[in-house]
Amino acid sequence: MTEIALDARPRVAGHFRLQWEEVQKSWVLLYPEGMVKLNGSAGEIMSRLDGHKTVADVVAELERAFDTQALARDVQDFLALAHKQGWVQT
Amino acid sequence: MNTTATPASTQAGPPLWLLAELTYRCPLHCVFCYNPVDYATSGPELGTDDWLRVLREARAAGSVQCGFSGGEPLLRDDLEVLVAEAHRLGFYTNLLTSGVGLTEARAAALKAAGLDHIQLSFQDSTRELNDFLSHTKTFDLKRRVADIIKSHGWPMVMNCVIHRQNIDHIGKIIELAVELGAEYLELANNQYYSWAAVNREQLLPSREQLQRAEALTNEYREKLGNRIRIFFVVPDYYEERPKKCMNGWGNVFLTVTPDGTALPCHTAKMIKTVDFPNVRDMHIDDIWHRSPGFNLFRGFAWMKDPCRSCPEKEIDLGGCRCQALMLSGDAANADPVCSKSAHHHLIEQAVAQAQLPDAQRVDIQPLVFRDPKNSRELAARSDTPWQPR
Repeated sequence: MTEIALDARPRVAGHFRLQWEEVQKSWVLLYPEGMVKLNGSAGEIMSRLDGHKTVADVVAELERAFDTQALARDVQDFLALAHKQGWVQT
Repeated sequence: MNTTATPASTQAGPPLWLLAELTYRCPLHCVFCYNPVDYATSGPELGTDDWLRVLREARAAGSVQCGFSGGEPLLRDDLEVLVAEAHRLGFYTNLLTSGVGLTEARAAALKAAGLDHIQLSFQDSTRELNDFLSHTKTFDLKRRVADIIKSHGWPMVMNCVIHRQNIDHIGKIIELAVELGAEYLELANNQYYSWAAVNREQLLPSREQLQRAEALTNEYREKLGNRIRIFFVVPDYYEERPKKCMNGWGNVFLTVTPDGTALPCHTAKMIKTVDFPNVRDMHIDDIWHRSPGFNLFRGFAWMKDPCRSCPEKEIDLGGCRCQALMLSGDAANADPVCSKSAHHHLIEQAVAQAQLPDAQRVDIQPLVFRDPKNSRELAARSDTPWQPR
């Protein structure tokens, strides 16, 4: 899997659409005739990607929001997986 | 923080997939169409306001994928209005089309309405067979429509129903999808319902054809990598265990037919013993959660043996209710695809027939094309016309 660097500026990939689904109480990725239901942490990461913020920015935001530290590894691991799935592009 | 344990819910999840079958009218006459064989006797189509209400109610109930289908949905001149409302409501909107009627002007209007994706059907990689199977001259038009779809930046799924007549062209079909720039290709092996059931003996491929096609598809997958995602939908007649049909009855899929009947799958109306609700009379939320038709085959209580005592019942949920009805006469029986079914020999006989070369098969009925005249004739028959002949 490709490592996503801390200074990369990922965003949700072209034909995917990320949206909050109130009935499912979760973020989902929508694509032609399909849907991926994201778990809590995946949704928190994906919903912060906008192509402008760096991975480091997103990590810092999450650490503030959840009053914790050392999330960089988890975020980068998830983004590598999301990149492999084609959900994000850098 | 709320630490109260959530009680185990017996309620179904939301109807994530809404299939809006806007019309049964279609310029094509495909011999494998899944629309009911008696579609020509169906009641009047829902109006625009009814469909707008269906979209709002379904979205509120949690539907998120919306497929506009048919027949040919482009025959409805309110399609753009419905797409715009679906888009506004937050649906991911899919148009499932033959391509007929997708002019540049309508494509632009659908783009403006917020349409997210188009699935374009082909019947074959060759003009001759495409046009024969659909009984129309549409091959060249479909190619032009593919260009229109790509020029508007839509992701494109190319769909091709695969069967005995075209399965040996599968490499060319894949090459056509690549040439047209499709992001996804569905090689949908025919399932034997409706018109495909009537024409089964001419459509069911031999095992050798199937194995060759699957091997070739895998070769192309390796060669093409990420350029295109290829789905190969396996024909269940060649399985020993049934498919988990629709991912469960009333679990994910909600079909609304042109006359407003709500179904757990697009062929379920053949189960005449069930009085399925109509969106004209009932709210989508009530239909989904509380109507008898949608609850009938949820869970396991309805099962008979061999399903009831089967260790795999949670894996396949007993297979397909329509196939059970068609081949065994009772929708609550095991799907005859299952080798444990008392009716599995019917599948084996059909498969055995399919191994013979065409030249050795006598008494093969001519193909029955999907058109209003044939539909009315089939509907008038005293036996059950949706059964394989």
